[in-house]
Parts: sequence; structure tokens; C-alpha cells
Amino acid sequence: MIVKLLIKNSLRHKLRTTLTVLGIGVAVGAFGLLRTVITSWYASVEVAAADRLIARQAVSFIFPLPYAYRDKIEKVPGVEKVTYLNWFQGVYIDKDQFFPRMACDANTLFDVYPEFIVSKEELEAFKKERNACVLGQDIANKYGLKIGDMMNIDGDIYPGQWQFVVRAIYKPRTPTVDGTQMFFHWEYLDERMKQDAPVRAGQVGWYAVKIKNPDDAAMISEQIDALFANSSSETKTETEKAFQNSFLKAYSAIITAINIMAILIIGVILLVLANTMIMSARERSSEYAVMKTLGFTGKHLFGLVTGESILIGIIGGVAGYFLTIFFVNGFSAVVPKNYFPVFVLEDITMIQEFGFAIIVGLIAGIIPVYHTIKTSIIDGFRHIG
Amino acid sequence: MPAVPFQYMLGSFKRRRLTMIITMGGFALVIFVYTAVLMMSHGVEKTLATGGSEQNVVVSRKSSQGEISSIIDGDAVNVILTLPQIAKDANGRTLATAEPVVVINLYKKDDGGMSNVTIRGVDETAFKVRAHVKITDGKMFAPGSRDIVVGKAVNSGFAGTSIGERIKIANDYWTIVGVMSAEGSAFESEIWGDSKQLQAAFNRQNTISTMTFRMTDQASIDEIKKAFESDRRLVQYEPKTEIKFYKEQSELLAAFLKALGTAVTFIFSFGAIIGAVITMYTAVANRTTEIGTLRALGFRRRSVLFSFLIESVFLALIGGAGGVALAAFLQFFSISTINFNSFAELSFAFSLSPEIIINAMFFSVFMGVFGGFFPSIRAARLKIVDALRNE
Repeated sequence: MIVKLLIKNSLRHKLRTTLTVLGIGVAVGAFGLLRTVITSWYASVEVAAADRLIARQAVSFIFPLPYAYRDKIEKVPGVEKVTYLNWFQGVYIDKDQFFPRMACDANTLFDVYPEFIVSKEELEAFKKERNACVLGQDIANKYGLKIGDMMNIDGDIYPGQWQFVVRAIYKPRTPTVDGTQMFFHWEYLDERMKQDAPVRAGQVGWYAVKIKNPDDAAMISEQIDALFANSSSETKTETEKAFQNSFLKAYSAIITAINIMAILIIGVILLVLANTMIMSARERSSEYAVMKTLGFTGKHLFGLVTGESILIGIIGGVAGYFLTIFFVNGFSAVVPKNYFPVFVLEDITMIQEFGFAIIVGLIAGIIPVYHTIKTSIIDGFRHIG
Repeated sequence: MPAVPFQYMLGSFKRRRLTMIITMGGFALVIFVYTAVLMMSHGVEKTLATGGSEQNVVVSRKSSQGEISSIIDGDAVNVILTLPQIAKDANGRTLATAEPVVVINLYKKDDGGMSNVTIRGVDETAFKVRAHVKITDGKMFAPGSRDIVVGKAVNSGFAGTSIGERIKIANDYWTIVGVMSAEGSAFESEIWGDSKQLQAAFNRQNTISTMTFRMTDQASIDEIKKAFESDRRLVQYEPKTEIKFYKEQSELLAAFLKALGTAVTFIFSFGAIIGAVITMYTAVANRTTEIGTLRALGFRRRSVLFSFLIESVFLALIGGAGGVALAAFLQFFSISTINFNSFAELSFAFSLSPEIIINAMFFSVFMGVFGGFFPSIRAARLKIVDALRNE
């Protein structure tokens, strides 16, 4: 009965209600897009495995560690497997084509990173060839690269011309796993360094360590760091999650700015809805006066006005939900995959959207309700337009 | 220009204060966000651009994206130093500085997060080549010592960076002896130490990252470029004016901020536009009799159209001006984040420019016109008789 009245009321000004729903919908959509940008940013932290440690140079990530550390780390009790990587970068095609390019240990990489799925045959082919590389599925698709294709990369951190042949393409296990990376043999890099720049040979960027029991992470990290304390390259070992988090912390200012934007958008939604509700209530002043005369109390009027406001808010939220899907798809189609390797609309974002739609509906009803209840019956009847 | 009933417009503003204020509030929020985003983007560009001089040239390895991925070996440095276009100081010493650049991790004061801070190896010539960099507190480090000076932004933003404190770099403790300022440029986000000491500490032998020198004459940049292209020993390096070099360093971050911000404001500006459409439609509906009266008094259809359109644009402009005014306060704040190019922390202030204000006001007018267009047409289309008969 009440719901019917609410629906009837909200349909009295069809154009206005439609516009309000649209306005809320678009703003909710923008909110959803911004929140998705942030959750995507955090995606790397979410997927970080609990049983993986990262050991890097203590002063900064950009300094290498000796290759000789590998055996020592492997002997630490509780360590299951050790692999190592080296940030290579370089320029592929031109400077704007950015995706991670790293040297790796072909024999252990996929044991430590089981979320990258490679077929057995491709993996064997990759292992056999010195200048072979593995590409993430997204990157292979983007550049139309197939098994057997050549990739020419102009080195920057490691000067010179580098040529790789694609021998394997990995698939991310879940949609939140990064499918935009390129890996090649560390030996290929190291041999070149031995010839061109002997001081830079025998070095790796960081070690990724798979441990048997995630509960031992802190203890094992300490033991690894203790091995190399007071050497010329001290290590800092932490869980992959902590490591990824420290990367994100560096961008905290941008993330805060985006969050503030998202909050201001909710402000716009509130203004649009409040505006509509104030107008409706003003037009219906004399009706509310009639209801008061008939004995309806403030409680009833409160239910009537905020109920309508929340109803419109929810319908706007539903419209916004569909628009979010549209925006998110559009955004990931336009923005190069490598900016956001993972761009997925999360459930939490949708829940937030509906939550805010309802809260905004409630708040937007407050001013008109206050006015309606305050207005004396006589003034209500006297009201025009 | 048709006659527009301005008196009448003002009167109606007064009557519908609340919805008018809410509509303006919507516009103000959109313009605030739009302006703030442009100010951030402009702040990044400005911070990096003020570090550069037209008179200076930065040499880096071709295809390196930032200073830390650039490598120049010592032999090439010696070749570059022989270029006749490099200016000399009064004592006949070349105004050139060859600098190893690395980043180290420090902890931020505000959230305890870790970030990369650029550490640059210099000698006293660096302060001559970049005259705007000055020690404002404490003293300059002594040549050959393991002392360092920190930029103002590092000093205020990172823990453990006050004068007298020590930072562990490459297995040794380095003492902070001074704080430097650089007119708000990116150097304020850096740490400077003795270049020879840093090369040794980071096991860099005689290689450096980039080289900066003063030209005898601004026009010699073309000659310098030619010299680099024609010399086999220099062909893998690239000279650029400092201005251009730093501008490129700002590109990624500035473009990212601008693109994301503009896209999102455009989307949610529709929310505010629709808010205005609702307000204006209701205004037309409520004032039907009044419109009929105006028409009966002899105002033309287009006068009515313009009156409503102007009302809407007026609302948007006031809202927009409010948004810009609010955003102007952001100039007192500076934020600090990782610059994508240099992979190091960069502190920059929100920066307002006339261009941004003009952009924001244009955007307001655009929203006002869009918001008022259809309601105005409806108002203009009303027949006098029907309008007067209303209720």
C-alpha cells in the first residue's frame, strides 16, 4: 500500500523523476569508475601470495644483489624454492609501449609463480633456447605476437640491441593476475654483461622465495637478512604483499586525490536528489496540509517523503550500476592494457554504490521533511506554486 | 539582442533561493574537481619546468626514460668536456657537472610509507650551473666527505632527514649537514652528495648518469646536437636543453592526471547538468502564468528563451566561480608522489593559471547552456492563451 503510494508519487512528474534517476545514475557510474581505478591499483596486493617472500637490496630496489646469494638463501630452513628476476625495461617499438620486461631464471620462475600458466611444450621450448622469451597473453594479443615471432628491444638500463624470440605465452590463472609481462633468460643478459660491462655481470635484481609455511614468513625473512648483514649488499626481505604495498604507498597522494573526487561525486548525487525532493515537497504543500488535517502525523509524512527519496535513489543506483559496467568496459578498451594490467569491477564497488544511493536518498529527504513537518496547516493551504 | 526581462529574472532568483543554491552547488562541485585536477597537472609541469634553464644542456643516454636508467661512461664524459660550446667561469673552469643519480628508499612522515628519493652526486660546479639551488639551512657538504644536503621537500616530508641525522646509504652512514631550496623545483625533492663518494659507494667506477653544462650561447644547441651526431664516441648520447629534458620528465604523470581527471569530470558533470535541467524545467512549469504575462506584455518568444537560458548560464557561472575560488585555496597545499618517469618522489604544489580559470569558466558556460537549453525552448514555445489559462 505504502510502496504503491510512493511509486505513484514519484511518477507524478515523470520527466523530472527520469532526469533525476539519470543524473544519479551517471554520477554513480563515475563513482564506480573511480573506485574501480583504485581497486585495480590494489589488485597486485590482493593477488600477492602469502607464501612468497621478496628479497631485495636494502638501500633501494634499483640496486642489484649478487647471484651468489641464491645458494645461501636456498639453504635457509623452510625455503622451498628460490627464483630471481632482473628489471630490464628497454624500449620496444617506442617509449610509450610500456610493459614490464624482466630477465628471469627459466628453470624456477613458473614453480614460484604458479599463477602464470604455461603449457608444458611451450615451457620446454622456452627453456631450451638462450634468447627465448615468455609473453603475457594480454601483451601477445596487443602486439599481435605469436610463438616464433621476433622482438627487437633497444636496451636502456642494459645498453645495446637485444633480440628475443617468443617461445611461450602465459595465461593468468584468474582475471586479477597481471597478463602483461615479458620474461627472458637471465643467462642471456649476464653473458652480454660479462663481455660489455664485467662489473655488472653476476647480478640479479631481486629474489622471489617460495616458503613451505606462510606462518614462518617473518622468521625466514629475518634469517635471510641476517645472512647478508654488514655485507656490501644487505638485503631487505618481506612478504610479497608488504613489498607490493610499499610500492603503492608511494602513490598514496594520487590515490587520496581519486578518493576525494569519488566523495565529491556523491555530493553531486546528493544535491541533484535533494533538489528534486525539495521541489516536489513544495508543490505538494497543500496536499500535506490536507493529510495533516486528516490526522497523519510527522512520522507518516517522514516516511512518505524519505521513502520516495530513497526509492528514487535506489532506482538511480541501479541505473548507475549498469552505467558503471559500461564505463569500466569503455575505460579498459580505451586505456592501454599496460597502465592497468588488471581492471575488473569488484563486488565491493557495487555494494558501495547501492549503499551510497540509499544513504543519499535518506539525507536528501531531510530538508523537505523538516519543512513539511514545520509548516503549519494554515500556511500549507495558503501555499501556491 | 532581444529585450530580456532582467528585473523579472532577479526577482525569481530571490523566490527560489534554496533550489537555486543547490543547483549552483552542483556546478561548484564539478568545477572544483575539474580545476583541482588541472591544477595538479599544471603543478607537476611547473615544478619540473622551473628546474630547467634554456641556457643549460642535459646529456643522457638515448632511449633512457629517466636519469636513473641513463648511463654515461667516463671516457665519453671527457670527450663531452672538450666541446667548445661549454661556458667557463671567471677562473676558466668549465661549467659542467657530471652526476651519478640513484634512488634510495626513505620513509614518509605522514603515513609511514616507503618511497624512492633521488640522490644526486655533485661537486660545487653544480651550484654554479644551477644558480637557483641554494643552501638555506646548515652548510654545504665538504668535498670528499660522506656528508649530504637534503632538499626542502625531503626535509619536510621524510622521517629522519633533519640536519645532524644520519642516513644509511650503501652500508655506510652519511650525515645530513644542510637543507637546500630551489625555487620550488624538483631539486627540492632530492638529496645531494659528493659525486666521487657516491660513485665509490654505489660501485659505479667512473660511470655517471647524466651530465649538465652551461652553454656559451643559447643558440649553440644545434651545433652541440650536430657534434653529438657526428662523433662516433658520442652518438649513443643525446643532448637536450634542460627545459626540454624536464618537460619530458613531467609528461607521463601530468598526462595521467589530466586524462583521468578530465574524463571523470566530464562524466559526472552530466549529473550537475541534469540537476540544472530539473531546476529549469520546474522553473518554467511554476512560472507558466508569468511567462504568459510577459508575452502578453509584448516580450517576444526569443526574449523568453534568452531569459531562461541566461538564467541557467548565470547559475552555472556563479557556481563555477565558486568552484574555482574554492580550488584556489588548494594552492596552499603541496602533495608528493612518485613521478612515473624518474621513478622517484616529486613534491609539487597545486598551481593555478589564467588558462585553467578560463577553461573552468568555459566549462561552466557549457554546462549552463546544456542545462538550460530544453527548458528554455519549452518556455518559448508556450502559447500566450494557454499559459495565461494555467491553473
